[in-house]
Amino acid sequence: MIERNRRLSAVVVLAGLLAAACGSSATPSPASGGGASVAPPASGSVACATGSITAAGSTALQPLVDKAGKDYQAACAGSTINVQGGGSGTGLTQVSQGAVQIGNSDVTAESKNITGLVDHIVAKQGWVMVVNPDVTGVTNLTSAQATDIWTGKVSNWKDVGGNDEAIVLILRPESSGTRATFKKLVLGGAQEATGQALTEDSNGAVVTAVKGTPGSTSVIGFAYYQQNLGQVNALKLDGIEATVDNMKSGSYKLSAEGHMYTKGEADGLARSFLDYVLGPIVQGATIPSLFYAPVK
Amino acid sequence: MANLPLAVTSSALRPPRGLAARLDVPRRVTLIAAGLVVLLVGLLLAFIGWNGIQIFTATGASLTDVFAPIWSPSSTPARFGILPFVFGTLGVMVVAALIAAPLSIGLAIFMAEVAPPWARSITRPAMEVFVGIPSVVYGFLGLTILVPFLRDNFRGIGFTLGFSWFAGSLVLALMILPTIASIAYDTLITIPADLRSGSLALGTTRWQTIRHILLPAAKTGLLTAVILGMMRAAGEALAVQMVIGNRPTIPTSLTAPMTTLTSQITLDMGNTVSGEPWNQVLWTMGLVLLLMSFTFVVIVRALGRRASQP
Repeated sequence: MIERNRRLSAVVVLAGLLAAACGSSATPSPASGGGASVAPPASGSVACATGSITAAGSTALQPLVDKAGKDYQAACAGSTINVQGGGSGTGLTQVSQGAVQIGNSDVTAESKNITGLVDHIVAKQGWVMVVNPDVTGVTNLTSAQATDIWTGKVSNWKDVGGNDEAIVLILRPESSGTRATFKKLVLGGAQEATGQALTEDSNGAVVTAVKGTPGSTSVIGFAYYQQNLGQVNALKLDGIEATVDNMKSGSYKLSAEGHMYTKGEADGLARSFLDYVLGPIVQGATIPSLFYAPVK
Repeated sequence: MANLPLAVTSSALRPPRGLAARLDVPRRVTLIAAGLVVLLVGLLLAFIGWNGIQIFTATGASLTDVFAPIWSPSSTPARFGILPFVFGTLGVMVVAALIAAPLSIGLAIFMAEVAPPWARSITRPAMEVFVGIPSVVYGFLGLTILVPFLRDNFRGIGFTLGFSWFAGSLVLALMILPTIASIAYDTLITIPADLRSGSLALGTTRWQTIRHILLPAAKTGLLTAVILGMMRAAGEALAVQMVIGNRPTIPTSLTAPMTTLTSQITLDMGNTVSGEPWNQVLWTMGLVLLLMSFTFVVIVRALGRRASQP
């Protein structure tokens, strides 16, 4: 009898869990709308709010949001900031559905036809063309040369001043923010030679592939390049080196704004966290240390 | 006891009385469990099915737009042809099965018919360990060992990149080998010993018995094993993605890069926004994958029915 009752209660518990799981995914976290009024942060201090929020989306921005979130939580007891990746599209979708409070994206919501979101431009992020170290004699590509390589018109490094070696083009997926930005800013919208290229999923996979494949070239986030110094070689673009200063000044053109979107005006912890990200601590110290360029 | 049917009391010698008997808890628990599974499968089907047809119903694409050979979703006009991925999934799966089936059936025959008990006590656990290795490990080994090996040693026959259809199939073959081998083994050991004894008594060699008696008797089971292996191959994304090169065109040879449905879905899903055609077509690809797996289930069940007939 006891045994039977135990089984029955297990079923009840299971059903309860299922209901709880369904319920929690449908309702936004109540803490997000906490509505505590927050004073703008003074230089060097953090104006804290409490509660729990989730920021999801762009993997290019993720190292920055992750670090800022950890620092914020350390400074503010009672706050929880969950940072997830998933890609820019995921970030935009989830924030517009109310599933997360902040959606991180490399691309604008307008470019994806999403309305009702408030944009917060938090940093400039750069990308850099990289080559396998066995490619010699090439340290710079003009936009025109890059376009010839990426569209398949040029397929040997000797045609752009390098050694006699076939070029292996490694792309990110067509939906990736990195690829879209490079296509827009450097290729002038020209279609890449997809049928002659390899495709890799992430910055990490691209570094592995470029490192391991002789004659290969690709584009990776500047922050990821800095973490993998010596494994792949960076190329200048139109004679200009990828540095935080050149990105900030705009002379290095392969850089774009990183967006953190909220659904409607941010409030509570989300407002406080965004103020922190846009404040002097993150803009002045955290962002340059992670190889992004500040916007303030 | 006498007034209750035997089936109801089978779980306990002491018949339940009163409330417990009326509630009939074990029956309800199992019924709920079974109902939940059916409900979940139904919901999953409905969800993927509904999302999978959006590209046709909401965006207005035709079947020939989607089942086309050109994938160029960001060009104007955008082209969402998924045939390269369908071809990739089928191609990588069939070649993997061609590599894995002879090896794993050979292994199963060795374990069931040839191996002395001590050898069987090694190969069986070894195979179980094989099954438990996460797919990312296979992918990582493929990426760091197989791909450079193919590129450095077989450049002459076309492996200029190493990333290729063949590399994907080889990694998959390794992954499905234990699946096929263990099901094939289970089939072989259920063949009645009389068949073996009778055959050997007629003076045949062991090989003749295996070749002419056991394999024909186990044919249906072995085929089921291969198809279940292929199902596992069709669903695998990660390991294949790491070695296949992910080129969204139909390959012209085994040495060329290509891509699969699963790989393309994982590449694009995070970067697309729900509701845009690009995202809708990913759901359609998921639906195609689901229908492929249904086809396999139907085949396996048909084979099972045939096997159970005299």
